[in-house]
Amino acid sequence: MLAIKTTELIKQYKNLTAVDKLDLEIQRGELFSLLGVNGAGKTTTIKMLSCLTKPTGGDALVGGYSITKESEKIKRLISVSPQETAVAPNLSVKENLELICGIHGFSKEKTSAKIQEMSVQFALADVLNRKAGKLSGGYGRRLSIAMALISEPEILFLDEPTLGLDVIARGELWETIRSMKGNVTIILTTHYMKEAEALSDRIGIMKNGRLLAVGTVEELKAKASTNDFETAFVSIVKESVV
Amino acid sequence: MRMMTFAKRCAKEILRDPINLGFGLGFPLVLLMLLSAIQASIPVSLFEINTLTPGITVFGLSFMTLFSATLVAKDRESLLLQRLYTTPLTSLDFILGYMLPLLPIALGQTVICYLVAIPLGLELSVNIIYAVIGIVPMAIFNIALGLLCGSLLGVKQVGGICGALLTNLSAWLSGVWFDLKLVGGFFEKIASLLPFFHAVEMEKALFSGDFSLAVKHIMPVLTYSTVVVLLAVLCFLRQMKKQ
Repeated sequence: MLAIKTTELIKQYKNLTAVDKLDLEIQRGELFSLLGVNGAGKTTTIKMLSCLTKPTGGDALVGGYSITKESEKIKRLISVSPQETAVAPNLSVKENLELICGIHGFSKEKTSAKIQEMSVQFALADVLNRKAGKLSGGYGRRLSIAMALISEPEILFLDEPTLGLDVIARGELWETIRSMKGNVTIILTTHYMKEAEALSDRIGIMKNGRLLAVGTVEELKAKASTNDFETAFVSIVKESVV
Repeated sequence: MRMMTFAKRCAKEILRDPINLGFGLGFPLVLLMLLSAIQASIPVSLFEINTLTPGITVFGLSFMTLFSATLVAKDRESLLLQRLYTTPLTSLDFILGYMLPLLPIALGQTVICYLVAIPLGLELSVNIIYAVIGIVPMAIFNIALGLLCGSLLGVKQVGGICGALLTNLSAWLSGVWFDLKLVGGFFEKIASLLPFFHAVEMEKALFSGDFSLAVKHIMPVLTYSTVVVLLAVLCFLRQMKKQ
């Protein structure tokens, strides 16, 4: 069953085509990574799929609803963890989580239960009462993803979730993302090849707004006739004539 | 309910910032006490507490603009707003959520100014209640102006424009510190075209019980408030679409 289906999705900014006739299908429960160099159109694609910006052409179905006509219904199914940590800095970790629960209309009991669940899943118990603005990078990102996941989304968008994190914090976050696999459809953008390789069920490679290739890590390596995924990515991007 | 959750968060964010509290509440009180002390040492009537206090309460509102503008600009820059735009919160929830919590803060600031002014010699009268209620339109003007600036400007620009320029405009063109007629001419004309002077005169009139004079000055304040609220809503919706 499909979680996302895009049909000739286009986003045009004056003279720049950020996303160009994107056709993409993502299965429910899948972890799909979008890879590409800067300006490839990854973030714009996520912004359109999460109803932050309207496409200038084409359409997409997210959870079966059209992004051009049914954005309110989509907003009840999705959650986004943006590139920045995107938390309320003067609120504690617990209050940030409560904020999202309140916005989604959770009862007090459900809010407490969800906060307990998130604090275990994301190892936030020790910092629940600390101001979010005072957290380290790793804790900040974990809180950011916990805030996205606490609303029980069917589809979760993670925009460069480990950007700027050290190796240890990144590894810990990978474990957390792995633990979410299967329960929720995850669309992840990243610049780190190893991250995409370690986490993804399938990967889409974008350049200049177009989708160059889609497949599993093994399929993409086979396509580029190499055993190294990074080499495969470079080869696919460089050899494209887009 | 969703709006109230967001509004509570905005209130906490503002009230937990020590710089906000220091400037927003402390600075008007320091001015009130300092100018009263000066008045006690000079032979002429320059900073009479009964006319100074209503003016200081209007001047204090300029910090509400700084608070709301900084909050909106920070939320935009940190991408918190982008995250929240993907939730079921509506544009009305956002606008009310930013504006409503600042109204009780503004009223609280006004009440505290009057309470501090009483031991400094302010005449205790029922008109204080009217003056506190009468400040609402100007508070809405300042809060909406903050929403407008926060929707258009970055955090650093907000600091310069709302923190420095607006507080100075509000201070010099309102007639809080001196009678604008003493300067006269172009300066007085400009001041009479802006809402600050009218808000101060309205507050003074309400405090002194001259309600017909207060009505005369409330019209420009209401007009400015309505226009700025509409502009703030338009600009906020525009930046929301730009996401």
